[in-house]
Amino acid sequence: MALLKEGCLDLEELKELPGVPSGHRLAAGPVAVIECAQEIPCNPCEALCPHGAITVGQPITRLPVLDEDKCIGCGLCIAGCPGQAIFVVDETHAEGRATVQLPYEFLPLPEKGEVVNGLNRAGEEVCEAVVLRIQNPRKYDRTPVITVEVPTDCAMEVRSLSLRRD
Amino acid sequence: MRHTEVAVVGGGPAGLSAAIEAASAGARVTLVDEHQRPGGQLFKQIHKFFGSKEHRAGVRGIDIGTQLLQQVEASGVQVMLDSVVWGIFDERVLGVIHEGRNLLLKAEKVILATGATENALAFPGWTLSGVMGAGAIQTLVNVQRVLPGKRILMVGSGNVGLIVSYQLLQAGAEVVGIVEAAPNVGGYGVHASKVRRQGVPIWTSTTVKEALGAEKVERAVLVTLDDKWQPIAGTEREIKVDVICLSCGLSPLAELARIAGCEFQYLPALGGHVPLHDHDMQTSVKGLYLAGDVAGIEEASTAMEEGRLAGVAVAESLGYLSAAEARGKKEAINRRLDELREGPFGCARREAKEQLCGSMAGWRY
Amino acid sequence: MRVKEHPILGELEKGTLVEIRVDGETIEAVEGEPISAALIAAGKTVFRYTQKLRQARGVYCAIGRCTDCMMVVDGVPNVRTCVTPVKAGMNIETQYGLGAPRRSGDETH
Repeated sequence: MALLKEGCLDLEELKELPGVPSGHRLAAGPVAVIECAQEIPCNPCEALCPHGAITVGQPITRLPVLDEDKCIGCGLCIAGCPGQAIFVVDETHAEGRATVQLPYEFLPLPEKGEVVNGLNRAGEEVCEAVVLRIQNPRKYDRTPVITVEVPTDCAMEVRSLSLRRD
Repeated sequence: MRHTEVAVVGGGPAGLSAAIEAASAGARVTLVDEHQRPGGQLFKQIHKFFGSKEHRAGVRGIDIGTQLLQQVEASGVQVMLDSVVWGIFDERVLGVIHEGRNLLLKAEKVILATGATENALAFPGWTLSGVMGAGAIQTLVNVQRVLPGKRILMVGSGNVGLIVSYQLLQAGAEVVGIVEAAPNVGGYGVHASKVRRQGVPIWTSTTVKEALGAEKVERAVLVTLDDKWQPIAGTEREIKVDVICLSCGLSPLAELARIAGCEFQYLPALGGHVPLHDHDMQTSVKGLYLAGDVAGIEEASTAMEEGRLAGVAVAESLGYLSAAEARGKKEAINRRLDELREGPFGCARREAKEQLCGSMAGWRY
Repeated sequence: MRVKEHPILGELEKGTLVEIRVDGETIEAVEGEPISAALIAAGKTVFRYTQKLRQARGVYCAIGRCTDCMMVVDGVPNVRTCVTPVKAGMNIETQYGLGAPRRSGDETH
C-alpha cells in the first residue's frame, strides 16, 4: 500500500475510499474529498457537516462515508479534520480550470491573487496555482483554508502549495 | 513529615486528570511535579487531537492543557511545583525535594503519573551536539521558541517523528528527510501525508549509520537495511544536516514503581516493562496506582482517561464516592478508553492492557 | 534562532531582556527562560567537554534527565542548563570534565 510505503496515497488507493466522490460527482460541481484511509478512532467530520453528508457512525474507527448527493462542497469540514485529510474540489469553476480548497497551517500565508506552486501528495510541484481566497476565521482554530485555482486535470493532485517568494 | 490523602506524582495529562477527579469527589489531593509549570508534554502538542467530541477531538493539545490547569485550580488541588519525588518508602511515604530542600510526604493513596522516557539510538557520533531527542525538539521549538538548527534529519516515522517533523516545518526549519528502519511508515497515514505534501521524503528500510562533524553535527550517513534489519554494504550515503532528531519510541518512566516493589510485565505493545495494574489502575502494591504512559505507552487521550479512572478509584477507596457512583463513572471512562483502543493501531494496546490486568486477577495484597 | 512568528503559537511575547555572560561574552537573554534556550538562540552549540575524551556535548533531552547540557553557572558546576532559569547578571562557563571551568592548559582536541 503506497500509504504505508510512501507516506501518501496514490490515486488507485484514493478511488477505493468511501469519502472520495465519483468522477461523475466531481464533474458536477464543488464536493468534499475525504482522503481518510485508516481506521483510527476519530469522527469530528461527521458533526462538522451541516448537511449530514458525512457519516462515521459506530465504532468511531469507521472510515467516513461521503453522501455525494447531500454534499454541496461548502468546505466547513476542512479545518476541523485533525488529520488535515479533507479538501473541496470544484471541477466546474471555469473552462479548463478547477479550484481546490485545502488546509494550510504555515507562515507566511499567501495573499489573494498570488501565484504559487501547486504541490501533489508527494510534495512535487505539478502546476501553477492562483490563490483565490484565504479563510481564517476564529472557528477554524488556526487552520486557514486556502482556495487555489489550478488546471482541471490537477484538481485531484494538488493538495498543498509552496510560495514563489525568495 | 507532611500528610495528604492523595499524592499524585506527575502533572501531565494523566496526573492532572487524576487530581481533578479525586479532588472533585472531596479528597485532599497534592499534585507534585518537577517542572515549573504542570502539563507534562501537553503544552508541546500544538496539533488537533483525534477521537470523538468526548475525547475533545479537534482541540489542540495546548488548549486541553490550559483547560486542565484551570480545572485543577478550581478543584482545590494543592500543587507543588519544582518538586522532585526521588523516592517512595513503605506506607506510601514519598521523598520530595521541594524548593531545594528535602521533605517527606505521607499519603493514603499514591497515583504515579510520571509518564515516559525516550528511547535512545546509539550510533557513532550520536553524542555530537545537534543529536537530540524528539521531546527535546518539541520543548525547544514549541515552548522555548528556539530552533536548534535549520536542516533536520528525523529518525523514526512513528506518530511522534511524523508530528514533530510537521511542527519543525511550522517553525520554519527544513526537514531533509525521515528515516524509518522498518519497511513501512510507523505512524498514522494522515500524519505522514501532511509532511509528504510539503516535500519531506520518508525513506523506509533506512537508518542512520553515523553522525559526522567536529563538535557538532555536520553530516549524517544513511544506510539501507535488508529484510533482516541489517545494513546493506555499499548503500551508504551522506546528507548535510545540522540536527539529527531521534524519535525511536518511548518507555514507561517507572523507576518509582520499581523502588516501591511493584510487579512488572514485559509487553512490547506498551513500550516494554510495564508495572502490573488492575481495572482500577491499582498496582501490585496496595494503595499505589498508575495512570498514563507509566502504565503503558499510549497517547494523551488515553492518559487523561486513565487518570480519571485512578482518581475515581482512589476516591471510592477513601469513601468519597459510593460503590454505585464509582461504578457509573468507571463505566463511562472505560467506554471512552475502549473507543480509543479500537482499530489496527489500538488493538495491540488493548490486548496488552488486558494481559496486564489479567496478571493481577485474584491478586491478594 | 528564535521563532518569532508561528502559525499556531502566534507572535513571540516579549519577555524581560537581561544580560548574561557566557565564557566572557555578554549576550542578551530572556529572564526566566532556560539557560540552554538562551544559548541556542545565541548560536552556541557546545556546552561542555567530557572528562576523559574531551568530547563536545550539547543539548540532548532538554528536560533535565540526561546531563549533557551541564555547565558552570555562577561558579557552581554540573548545573543542568535546560532546567535552570536565566537571571540577570548570571555568569555561565563551558564546563571541562567533571566540574571545572576552563583553566589555562586545558586542551580541547
